[in-house]
Amino acid sequence: MHWELELVLYIFLVISAVVSLHVKDLLTAVVSLSVFSYILAMLFVSMGAIDVGFTEAVVGAGITGVLYIVMIFRTTRKSND
Amino acid sequence: MKHGSSSPIILLLSRVLSPYIMLFGMYVIFHGHYSPGGGFQGGALLASSIILIRIAMEEKVHQLHFNKDYGIPLGAIGVLIFFGVGFIALIMGGYFLDYGLLPFPGMITAELRFYGILLIEVGVGLAVMTILVSIYDNLLEEDDDESI
Repeated sequence: MHWELELVLYIFLVISAVVSLHVKDLLTAVVSLSVFSYILAMLFVSMGAIDVGFTEAVVGAGITGVLYIVMIFRTTRKSND
Repeated sequence: MKHGSSSPIILLLSRVLSPYIMLFGMYVIFHGHYSPGGGFQGGALLASSIILIRIAMEEKVHQLHFNKDYGIPLGAIGVLIFFGVGFIALIMGGYFLDYGLLPFPGMITAELRFYGILLIEVGVGLAVMTILVSIYDNLLEEDDDESI
């Protein structure tokens, strides 16, 4: 792959990771983590590890996002105690 | 998730998209020998197609699609297929998962290896799909017990 495109992907990777760590809203953090996972899958494919990239795209960007969102909907903002 | 979405766009998109994700998962499982992918990735794709229906539709529809009682038994059958093929090869005198020694009559060694790997991948895909779906079901199920 061209190195310019990979550089853009690396910059977006770092930006999405920092956003998912520092953002206040949990739903935004989950979406940003899915974006991180998908960009990481594209980088794996560009480095030649197609199998690892496939697993990252399916599990990291698909299943884990759904499970995190379900867990966020089961929590409440204020405690009941 | 229990009552379904009210937006017609979400209902139509999930209904149209889910069978194609499932078909692609089947393709990934059955072409796992000579292309990227395999049992785990195909099983995760099948699970994501089922979970997509579970998020969008109401409870009656997605229980028709894949009943939650079948989750754990089908996963156990998948694990049993994997270890069954491995231990049959072990009993016939080879190593664990030594496909060339499987006792299927009338096949040469290359065909035995082909169908052995296919059986392993079907077992792994079945186990991964049902266990991921039942994890999702258990996460939602405890809602009923604790809410008063």
